[in-house]
Amino acid sequence: MSSTVTPHAPARGEPLARPAEDTVAFADPPTLGRRQVLTADQDPTPPVGARLRGVGVRVLRASAAIVLFLVIWEVAPRVGLVDKVFLPPLSAVLESFWELLTSGELGKHVGTSLTRAGTGFAIAVLLAIPLGIAIGWWASVAQFLGPFLELFRNTAALALLPVFILVLGIGETSKITLVVYACFFPILLNTIAGVRTVDPLLVKSARSLGLPPLRLFQKVVLPAAVPTIFTGIRMAGTSSILVLIAAEMVGAKAGLGYLITYAQFNFQITNMYAGIIAISLVGVSINAVLVSLERHFSRWRTT
Amino acid sequence: MSGTVTVTTTRPSATGSTEAADVPGSTPKLRLEHVHKEFIVRDAAAGRGARKRFTAVEDFTLDVRAGEFLTVVGPSGCGKSTLLDLLGGLTEPTSGRILLDDSPVTGPGLDRGVVFQQYALLPWRSARANVELGLEAKGVARGARARVADEYLDLVGLTAFADRYPHELSGGMKQRVAIARSLAFDPEVLLMDEPFAALDAQTRESLQDELLRIWRATGKTIVFITHGIEESVYLGQRVAVMTPRPGRLQTVIDVDLAGAADPGGGDGEHDDVRSSARFGRYRHEVWSALHAQTEDAHV
Repeated sequence: MSSTVTPHAPARGEPLARPAEDTVAFADPPTLGRRQVLTADQDPTPPVGARLRGVGVRVLRASAAIVLFLVIWEVAPRVGLVDKVFLPPLSAVLESFWELLTSGELGKHVGTSLTRAGTGFAIAVLLAIPLGIAIGWWASVAQFLGPFLELFRNTAALALLPVFILVLGIGETSKITLVVYACFFPILLNTIAGVRTVDPLLVKSARSLGLPPLRLFQKVVLPAAVPTIFTGIRMAGTSSILVLIAAEMVGAKAGLGYLITYAQFNFQITNMYAGIIAISLVGVSINAVLVSLERHFSRWRTT
Repeated sequence: MSGTVTVTTTRPSATGSTEAADVPGSTPKLRLEHVHKEFIVRDAAAGRGARKRFTAVEDFTLDVRAGEFLTVVGPSGCGKSTLLDLLGGLTEPTSGRILLDDSPVTGPGLDRGVVFQQYALLPWRSARANVELGLEAKGVARGARARVADEYLDLVGLTAFADRYPHELSGGMKQRVAIARSLAFDPEVLLMDEPFAALDAQTRESLQDELLRIWRATGKTIVFITHGIEESVYLGQRVAVMTPRPGRLQTVIDVDLAGAADPGGGDGEHDDVRSSARFGRYRHEVWSALHAQTEDAHV
C-alpha cells in the first residue's frame, strides 16, 4: 500500500517531509569552522601496486618512439640501408661517446659551452626582467622603447653574429653577447606580458590597503607576473644553447659546437655524432631544470 | 528623508570624541558632505574624439553612525561602486568631501577595509597569508601577524583551511577569507562592494548571517553596497536608496527587524525573518523608493 504512495504525499503517521530545498546539504554551511563538515585532508592515494603499474605503462608509452629510433639507428647501417661511414651504428657512436667522456674531453667542451650559455643567460635575465617590468608598468617607457625593441626583436640573432665578431672579436665576448641577445627577447616580452596581465582587481585591492607603489610591486605585481616571466626564461634557456652552438661552429677553440665541426673536418664521424648526442642531453637537462623551477614558482596556479 | 542629515556640532578635538560622546547621532563615524563625482567619458553621439562629462554621484550627503550597519541599495550603474571607491579613497570627489572621524579622507588607508565582489585574494598566498597582507601593510611583526590572522580566520570559521590556497576554496570560503583580511588590520569602517553577489543563494544567506554575527561581535561600522533589495533590508539598520543617472541618494529608510520573525523570543537565527510581514513592508518601501525614481526618469 505504501509503495503506491507518490513521493510527495506524506505517509500517514509519519512527520511531514520537508521540501527538498531545505534538506539539500549546504555547499558552504555556516557551521563550517565549528563543526567539521568537510574533511580538509583526505588521502586519495591509490594502492602502491596500481600506482607502479600506471607508472610502468606511462614510461613504456613515452619511451617507445625513442627506443624504436635508436634501434633503427643501430640496425640500418649494419644491414646496409645507409652508408656506415656517414652514419655509423649507434653502438659505435656510444663507444666514442664513452671515450670522450672518460678522457675528460667531453666534459671540457660541455663545461665551456655551459659557462658561455650560463653567463649570457644570466646577463639577459638581469637586463630583461627590470626593463620588461618598466615597459609593462609605465606606458611612457613602452611608447619610447616599443618600436625600437620591435625592430631588433625581428632581427634574427644569428644574422648579427658577423657584427658581433667584427666589433667584439672572435673571443668569448662575442659569443656571450650573442647568447644575451638571443635570451633577451623571450624574457623581455614575457615579463611585459606578465606585468600587464596582472589582475587589476588585485592591484586595486592592494591599493585600498594603502600599500605604497614599491611594496605593491613587491607583494602583488611581481608574484603575479612570475609564472609568465618563467615561461620566457624557459624559452630563453632553450635558445641560449641553440645560438651558442651555431656561434661555436663558426669560430671557437672549445665548446660543443667546436667539437662537432672539428670532428667533421677530421673525419672522426663517430665523435661528431657523440657531440650531437651531448648537445641533445644538455638541452633536455636544461629544459628539465627550468621546467621544474617554473612549476615550483607556479604551484598556486590552478591545473 | 529625516535620516539623511543629522545635525551635529563639529568638535574641535577629534580624539576620543566618538568614544566619549557615545550618544546616538552625535559625531558621525563617516560623513559625506555634498559629494559629487564626475568622469570625463567618450561621447559617441557627438562624433569621434568627443568627450563629455558624466556624473556618477551627485550631491551625496549622508552620515554614518559609529557601529552602524548601513546598506546602500540601487540598480546597477547608479554610482554605488563609485561611491565605495570614494569612501575607500581610491578616487577623489570632484567636489564635496568625505570625513572619517572628522578628518577628511585623502586616499586609501588602513582605517577602512574594503571587501570586493570578486574576493581579490592573492592566488599565490594561502588563506592565512592573504589575511596577513593587510597586517604587513600595517607593519605588524611577523609572529604577531600569523597569530592575528589565525584569530580572524577563526572568526569567519575557516581555521581548518588556513593553509589552503584560494583555488582550493569555494566561493563562499574565499569571501570569508576576504572579510577576515579586511577585519584583521582592525579598520574603523568596513566597506563592502556587493560582496555576496557572485555567490549562490544558499551560500549568500549563510554568509549574510555570518556577517551579522561578525558585526555584532566586532562592533564595526559597516557600509554594505548591494543591488539586492532583500539583502539591503535583511542586513541594514538603515537602507540608503540610490537612483541612477545621475547617482543620487533618493531616501534613507530605517529598518527595525528585531523580533520580527519570532515574537516569542529566542536568538532568531533559525527563524525566517524574510517571510515576516514586517520584512515584507520594508522590502516594499525600498522597492517603491527605487521604483518611484524610475518613473520620474521617464517623465
